[in-house]
Amino acid sequence: MMEKKKPQVKNAGATFKRIMGLVLSKYRFPFIFVLVCIVVSVLANVQGTMFTKSLIDDYITPLLGAGQPDFSPLAGKILRVGCFYSAGILATYLYNRIMVNITQGTLKYVRDEMFVKMENLPIRYFDTHAHGDIMSVYTNDTDTLRQMISQSIPQFVSSGITIVSVTASMLILSVPLTAITFVMVGVMLFVTKKVAGNSARYFSAQQKDIGALNGNIEEMINGQKVVKVFCHEEQTLQDFREYNDRLFDSAYHANQFANLLGPINNQLGNISYVLIAIVGGALAMHNTSGFTLGALAAFLTYNKSFHMPINQVSQQLNSIVMALAGAERIFALMDEQPEVDEGYVTLVNAKEENGVLTETEEYTGKWAWRHYHKAQDNVTYIPLTGDVVFDDVDFGYDEKKIVLHHIDLFATPGQKIAFVGSTGAGKTTITNLINRFYDIQDGKIRYDGININKIKKADLRRSLGIVLQDTHLFTGTVADNIRYGKLSATDEEVKAAARLANADGFIRRLPQGYDTMITRDGSNLSQGQRQLLAIARAAIANPPVLILDEATSSIDTRTEKIVQDGMDKLMKGRTTFVIAHRLSTVKNSDCIIVLEHGRVIERGTHEQLLEKQGKYYQLYTGLAVNS
Amino acid sequence: MLKTLCAQIKEYKKDSVKTPLYMVLEVIMETMIPLLMASIIDDGINKGDMKHVCLVGGLMALAAVVGLYAGIMGGVCGARASAGFAKNLREAMFTNIQTYSFANLDKYSTAGLVTRLTTDVTNVQNAYQMILRMCFRAPANLICAMAMAFMINRRIAGIYLCAVLFLGLILGLIIWRATRHFNEVFRKYDDLNASVQENVSGIRVVKAYVREEYEKEKFRKSSGGVYQMFVKAESILAWNAPAMQFTVYTCILLISWFGAHLIVSDALTTGDLVSLLAYCMNILMSLMMLSMIFVMVSMSVASGRRIAEVILEEATIKNREHPVMEVPSGSVVFENVSFHYGSDAKGESVLKNINLDVRAGETIGIIGGTGSSKSSLVNLISRLYDVNAGRVLVGGIDVRDYDLETLRNSVAVVLQNNVLFSGTILDNLRWGDSSADEEECRRVCRLACADDFIESFPDGYHTYIEQGGTNLSGGQKQRLCIARALLKKPKILILDDSTSAVDTATDAKIRKAFREEIPDTTKFIIAQRIASVMDADRIIVMEEGCVNGFGTHEELLQSNEIYRDVYHSQTSGGGDFDENGGAA
Repeated sequence: MMEKKKPQVKNAGATFKRIMGLVLSKYRFPFIFVLVCIVVSVLANVQGTMFTKSLIDDYITPLLGAGQPDFSPLAGKILRVGCFYSAGILATYLYNRIMVNITQGTLKYVRDEMFVKMENLPIRYFDTHAHGDIMSVYTNDTDTLRQMISQSIPQFVSSGITIVSVTASMLILSVPLTAITFVMVGVMLFVTKKVAGNSARYFSAQQKDIGALNGNIEEMINGQKVVKVFCHEEQTLQDFREYNDRLFDSAYHANQFANLLGPINNQLGNISYVLIAIVGGALAMHNTSGFTLGALAAFLTYNKSFHMPINQVSQQLNSIVMALAGAERIFALMDEQPEVDEGYVTLVNAKEENGVLTETEEYTGKWAWRHYHKAQDNVTYIPLTGDVVFDDVDFGYDEKKIVLHHIDLFATPGQKIAFVGSTGAGKTTITNLINRFYDIQDGKIRYDGININKIKKADLRRSLGIVLQDTHLFTGTVADNIRYGKLSATDEEVKAAARLANADGFIRRLPQGYDTMITRDGSNLSQGQRQLLAIARAAIANPPVLILDEATSSIDTRTEKIVQDGMDKLMKGRTTFVIAHRLSTVKNSDCIIVLEHGRVIERGTHEQLLEKQGKYYQLYTGLAVNS
Repeated sequence: MLKTLCAQIKEYKKDSVKTPLYMVLEVIMETMIPLLMASIIDDGINKGDMKHVCLVGGLMALAAVVGLYAGIMGGVCGARASAGFAKNLREAMFTNIQTYSFANLDKYSTAGLVTRLTTDVTNVQNAYQMILRMCFRAPANLICAMAMAFMINRRIAGIYLCAVLFLGLILGLIIWRATRHFNEVFRKYDDLNASVQENVSGIRVVKAYVREEYEKEKFRKSSGGVYQMFVKAESILAWNAPAMQFTVYTCILLISWFGAHLIVSDALTTGDLVSLLAYCMNILMSLMMLSMIFVMVSMSVASGRRIAEVILEEATIKNREHPVMEVPSGSVVFENVSFHYGSDAKGESVLKNINLDVRAGETIGIIGGTGSSKSSLVNLISRLYDVNAGRVLVGGIDVRDYDLETLRNSVAVVLQNNVLFSGTILDNLRWGDSSADEEECRRVCRLACADDFIESFPDGYHTYIEQGGTNLSGGQKQRLCIARALLKKPKILILDDSTSAVDTATDAKIRKAFREEIPDTTKFIIAQRIASVMDADRIIVMEEGCVNGFGTHEELLQSNEIYRDVYHSQTSGGGDFDENGGAA
């Protein structure tokens, strides 16, 4: 029972136009053809009813009392009507069948487009939008859109055409009876509006109670083990009953009102039918203005088929409003500002000839930054070494709220830099700046002497390896997941990377080894194993610079040792920024940066910092006291 | 499953019976209208009898009014019956879940249980209302209209019978083929959405490895697959409307032809013909309705099965008859205890032949790698699970002989994945003892070193905790959970890795408080940090479901290799550089 968002459409007209634009841009002719088919289908139906009139008036009544009834004109007529019917049936099939392609094709386009746009969005978008909300655009919102395109729109069109053509037919048959029909429709719409208004009130109450009950259920089931441990079952049950009873009350009322509509409209329709029968009967009896018995029979059918489309339209209106609200969210996702990349310095394979770096096509294991200078119109090559400098960097997720202040730091190739400090001190934030997940507000970050703003983001990120604290894996085999770091890697390279990361051992023990499928973000692996895979994934990419976020103490000591060894091997010879939680990592670093409230408060080696007896000393001895 | 679900209709039985009756009455009234119609045409108009027209017209109006009443009552009763049924189903599930043991709970995921209580119940509720209102209405409509048609003219009604059989066959075929395809479609569609989910949560990895294009290509491929499958499945459904039209139109033409002959030969009246044409629509519409109901109801069958499962699940741990209502002391003894999860004997043993003897008031540290069954060991003490062999004694009595509530009130467990509930801090603390006054709450918070941070909140002990405790840090939550357990004044206190997010200094302070303030309580402390356990009276070293070592810190340093390893790795540079110092 998803808590439905209140359908709120800001700009219904524009959104609808955009949807139709989407449909028409891809399926202009099929869609026009569908419209034609709908018209044919509706007209075939309407002419069939007209046939009732001529059947009685022109074919049966004249034959009544005839000595030798001649049925051949009737046979001819039935054949003609049958042809129209056949055309109608064919048209019905065609438009239903073509609508399948139009709907699904448009949806596929929408999904692809959304995904492509989403992949190009900056990290900021994902950090500021609940993942559940993003997912619901793909699932709920696209589903309502499907309903709208495949059902609501065709039904709207066919209802519209039906209403027009039936009205025309009714007017031809009898003006006064048409007037009665219209009055009854008016009454019906009025009653519907009244009842719907009432039920809407109860429905929103129901929605609220559903939300409350679901909240309670989620919380209590989530804490069910705690409930057991504290023998709190009775109390829990009592609270639950309260919510449950309240929902029953509002659900009962809401549904009751919703259920009223059907019978009321039904019987109003019947009353309309009866009225027509009586008045029409009188008219036919006196044969006023040529109104015949056959006309009455046809009119009665029209009367019935007039109410149906009106009911349908009023039902579809609601789902169209919901779909438009969903479509707005879909378009909002598509319209998000993608990550901009103005970088022009690219990463190329390089080789050194006579002490001069030159660009080359083939893989050499050596990389260089290709830097084009516009002013001089020449190209220089700078070897990729992994030298990183922060120069007076300020940063805030929000322009107004700066969280990092005047950060200065440098790492020469191969150095290991450890960040320590309490939660929220800004350790992760700094690492997010190096690969430009976020852009800095002030100051400069230089990579091999180049301002990272000038480097193409893709190339910058390719030169940086990342192992995050929460490991994310993708559906696929173990080998696929390692290969994520280098798509062209051979099986041998995959195994070599796994060995480097200490992951080879556990992978071999998996049921299908390297071909074991990983599902649902690696839920079939332990946390330690997932981390080992993430390390292998970084290892195969073989980047000169590494960003590591060490896991906190949630894995056990022995696995941690294996993971740590893997990480150590990976760090060898690379510039490494590590968000450190482990003493050994910190101790072995070339430089330790102590952060507090977004500022660097201390820096130096382990020994230097201990000597200083500052914050680092406190953090360090916090453990030492207990040893 | 049906029996289980139907048992929950309870007080709404009357409504459940009344609804279809009203619906049938409505149908009868509606079917009468075309019949009366025929009378108006034949006896009224054709004979020029206006009085008859008015009289029968009046009857028709009466039928409409009775039909309206029946329809409304059917709607009201149906709404009450289905909403009530849903309420009872939720209640039955929730009540049974409260009796679940941990083993029962492990069987279902939290999300799974929530879905059953919410989405699945809604599905069943809608289906139930549909069954009550439509499942009787549609066939009744079919039968009534058919009966009327037969009454008017047998031969023409024969055409309907053929039409119904024909359309029923076609619709059945369409449903049968379509559901098969749709099952496949929805599986693929789920996969597609799962891959979106993966990309949303793993976007940092995607971007860090510059795999945007790769992911897009992958997505396009599978969305193309979903498109193909959807088109295939829905193309089958596209036959629905034309099949319906074909049947209706054929009927109309056949009736017109044969009807004309019959009228001319005086075997049928014009009015009859008009009525027959009206019934034609009625009959085929109700068939269409039936096929729709069938699809909807069959979709809810899976939900019904999931609900029944929860209701039928039997609690694996129950009170024995005449249980012991008093726990004499906090001593704990394990005698040849073996244990495995799952009910079948094949389950892999997680505890093997455990023998332990702990005196009341002792502090026992437990250390060991992940999967060494530390949590499993302590969970047996408060009988969260039952042993498979041997026995666990608390205060000298087998835990299975105690009243569960008595036992669990004396053995307080702070679980590894602990949960706070929405409400104030005091509300949460009083889970431990609902009658505790504020002073008592403060006292235990001081013991758990939670007092300081609580006082630092503007609302102090009345601070509102959001669902899941999202407005507290990990360390704060853990300390509140400890305080909550202390409020029970337990004879045995079990901390399952409950101070992992608390900084080491505070951790030490809490242990000191335990030592000094509740010396008589037996304490079990599971920890990853060796510092958290080394000052315990005795320490258990767990390794692959066995007790590898049991003794004091000094003894273990001497004799136990694992303990020595862990100790050295944590104290000489392999330790945990505590980053949570500032979180306090």
